[in-house]
Amino acid sequence: MAILKTDNITMRFGGLTAVDNFFVELEPGEIVGLIGPNGAGKTTVYNMITGIYTPTENKIYFEDEDITGYKPDKIAKLGIARTFQNIRLLDNLTVLDNIMIGTHLHLKSSLFSAILRLPGYTKEEDELYEKSMELLKRVDLDEYTNDKAGSLPYGKQRKLEIARALATDPRLLLLDEPAAGMNPQESAELVGFIRHIRDEFDVTIFLIEHDMKVVMDICERILVLDYGKTIAEGLPKEIKNNPEVIKAYLGVDLANA
Amino acid sequence: MSLDIFLQNIVNGLSLGSLYALIAIGYTMVYGILRLINFAHGEIFMLGTYFLYYGVLIFHLPWWLSFIVAIVLTAITGMLTERIAYRPLRKAPKISILISAIGVSFFLQNAGIVIFSGVPKSFARPEIFDKMFILGNTRISSINLASTFISVIFLMALLYVVYETKTGLAMRSISTDMETARLMAVNVDRTISITFAIGSALAAVGGILWALKYPQIFPLMGMIPGLKAFIAAVLGGIGNIVGAMIGGFILGMAEILLVGFMPQLSGYRDAFAFIILILILLFKPDGLMGKNVQEKV
Amino acid sequence: MSKNKERLLSLIALVVLAFAINFAEKNLDNYTLRILNLGAIYTTLGVSLNLIFGFTGQFSLGHAGFMAIGAYTTSLFIMPPMYKEMSFIIEPLIWPLSVIQLPFVVALLLGGVLAAVAAIIIGLPVLRLRGDYLGIATLGFAEIIRVVSNNIPQVTNGALGLKGIPGYSNLWWTVGFAVLTIFVIKRLIASSYGRALMAIRENEIAAEAMGVNLTYHKVMSFTVSAFFAGIGGGLLASLLTTIDPRAFMFVMTFNVLIVVVIGGLGSITGTVMAAFLFNFFLEYLRPLEQGFNIGPLAFPEIPGLRMVTFSLLLLIVIIFKQDGLLGEIEFTWKGFFSFFDRFRSAEGGKM
Repeated sequence: MAILKTDNITMRFGGLTAVDNFFVELEPGEIVGLIGPNGAGKTTVYNMITGIYTPTENKIYFEDEDITGYKPDKIAKLGIARTFQNIRLLDNLTVLDNIMIGTHLHLKSSLFSAILRLPGYTKEEDELYEKSMELLKRVDLDEYTNDKAGSLPYGKQRKLEIARALATDPRLLLLDEPAAGMNPQESAELVGFIRHIRDEFDVTIFLIEHDMKVVMDICERILVLDYGKTIAEGLPKEIKNNPEVIKAYLGVDLANA
Repeated sequence: MSLDIFLQNIVNGLSLGSLYALIAIGYTMVYGILRLINFAHGEIFMLGTYFLYYGVLIFHLPWWLSFIVAIVLTAITGMLTERIAYRPLRKAPKISILISAIGVSFFLQNAGIVIFSGVPKSFARPEIFDKMFILGNTRISSINLASTFISVIFLMALLYVVYETKTGLAMRSISTDMETARLMAVNVDRTISITFAIGSALAAVGGILWALKYPQIFPLMGMIPGLKAFIAAVLGGIGNIVGAMIGGFILGMAEILLVGFMPQLSGYRDAFAFIILILILLFKPDGLMGKNVQEKV
Repeated sequence: MSKNKERLLSLIALVVLAFAINFAEKNLDNYTLRILNLGAIYTTLGVSLNLIFGFTGQFSLGHAGFMAIGAYTTSLFIMPPMYKEMSFIIEPLIWPLSVIQLPFVVALLLGGVLAAVAAIIIGLPVLRLRGDYLGIATLGFAEIIRVVSNNIPQVTNGALGLKGIPGYSNLWWTVGFAVLTIFVIKRLIASSYGRALMAIRENEIAAEAMGVNLTYHKVMSFTVSAFFAGIGGGLLASLLTTIDPRAFMFVMTFNVLIVVVIGGLGSITGTVMAAFLFNFFLEYLRPLEQGFNIGPLAFPEIPGLRMVTFSLLLLIVIIFKQDGLLGEIEFTWKGFFSFFDRFRSAEGGKM
């Protein structure tokens, strides 16, 4: 069973077709890349999957459930988490708080028991705390626990955002340009980190990335988007040599040059 | 309702609407450029009436000169508020500058009470404005006619400035993208000052006409007309000058007709505008003529 | 410091507070008591506004509307039926309001609940709006409440307002509810729900992507805020013993906004301090407006001067020190003792 299936979804803004008949099926445990030039519609695909936009046409299925038109928080509760191209951390809150907010969706206690600190709530809160601390250790951010998220170095902020997404216990993780702004050494570490979380946290990963080295190193399968259309799909080495893809990226037609 | 009364209401509505339109422009221009609801705009309007009052009754200036002096002084006050209370906050969160505007509004109201006293002052308007024209059975007071006419002239002049002059071009470029405009060597600070000056001058015109129409002025008089003119600006699509004019006329007309058709609801007149506001914000937040802007994810 | 020790200290502080109230009620003059009562009521109002604005980041200007609902509800339920019959001159008060009389605390809670219900009804649609638009829509709501209360004399006695409301409000009630408000809102803030509210304030899109249901949390915060605003309105009505629609104009919200901004958005401690300071200054600056003599010099009365001062103060804070008196600093027992430790060691150093 595919964990995610987008059944030829299309997104139009007014007269502009940002994404045209996008089809993907992700199998559990895969790491799949989505690449394409700027403005190709990659983030729009993400925004449709996570409920920020509702596709103009057709449906999205997560573990066979039709999630088209669900709100972002409901989709997060079902098990899809994401990061953002422009990091969206809660800068003025601590690293721990950032993680704990990711666990809020698991909270079962009511507002009243939270205010009255009934035993049911305190027990849950303790569990969420333990879980968050453990997560911080597992991703090696525990030394920053009480620092403000906004004060972290850039690379750590990216990592924290991924960790926060993991705190929601996702089965599918969408990473929007995780290597953006990183130096070669940082992005090499990132490749290891992404593989590590796939194995350790048992998630399927769908990532957008511009850094070709990262994409080729890490992805088992790649889709290429250009002007909203999927122009190629396949193994990294197939994509690397696909003339259509080279044309899209370089703007020249090598095959006929 | 007979045709005569209906026509009478239309005339009154046009006149009130033209005043809302004049005030609404100040809101919409400032919002277009700074994304700020200039809460103090109603007080700028109030100050316009007091400058006129003092010019005529204390300094015994001729009416025409008092008009000019009042408009100039109001424009300067508007520029000063921007310089002192808004400019230092241009990089701060949007809500801070809005709170600052609310602070300026209350400051000016109470400074008005301190300086002019809270007791309403009445105006003896020039006799020419007491004339009545009778058209069939519809009575048109000359002030209604004059206010509509003068408003339309100023509105046309404004459209000329905004769409045909270099300053207007600078304003429009800043409202599209302040940073790019700065890079294109537009003098942003100066253009914003001019925007405040023009918006305030038009509010002064509105205030003067308002005071001639309802010849009694008091420091809190700007509050309700100010809020309503803001609603007119939202109704027309905030940031859009033509929209603000149309919104002003629609709101003025709607208020007069509401009271005309359903006098039993006249007590709710002030709530009516706010109900329109909430409905517009919920169902068509970009107004009748505005563009919809969404945060990019 | 252990949790239990902190709890014990808080308990002791409450007992001390109770003795202080007892002392104040017996020994202080009415004038001072009134200022203290107002300070406590503004604490309730300010802390509740801080929840929706400071902690949740939703700019609400509707506080006066919720206060009006609480004030009218409380007043109508505590006025004796005979008194209501006498004061409703324009139109008689509708049944069953005309015959019901309830204990003060029940009437206050009812006022809070009605304000909260209004918050749910208005909040569900308008909390979709952001920033300035939300502010202006909630302001519109408060104005609508005011206009309506002017126009339903069979319930509110119209523009004449209600007079002779029983003056039950005293420090026990006003401080009691201020403590309750602080307790509830502090607990709320420090819970997982509170973190969700702050996440909404910091970054709405990220919060929603992390599974925070925006509508639920915003409306919840708005409702809790309105509940306490309603109670504050009820306490105020019983303190002043007279209300009319003009008491709930925008300036009422503005006063609470001053307290919250000056105290520091997101600081409960700051709000409490600002609430009392605001009312002390408001009272002690009163002579400025009434005219006074210094020796042979006679200063004329200048109404409006106090509000000029306060709006200037607000402007100065917002322009030069945006995080207010305390920023986000909160009172904690740990901070309290480390402050005195520093003090002591400084003394020791001198010796």
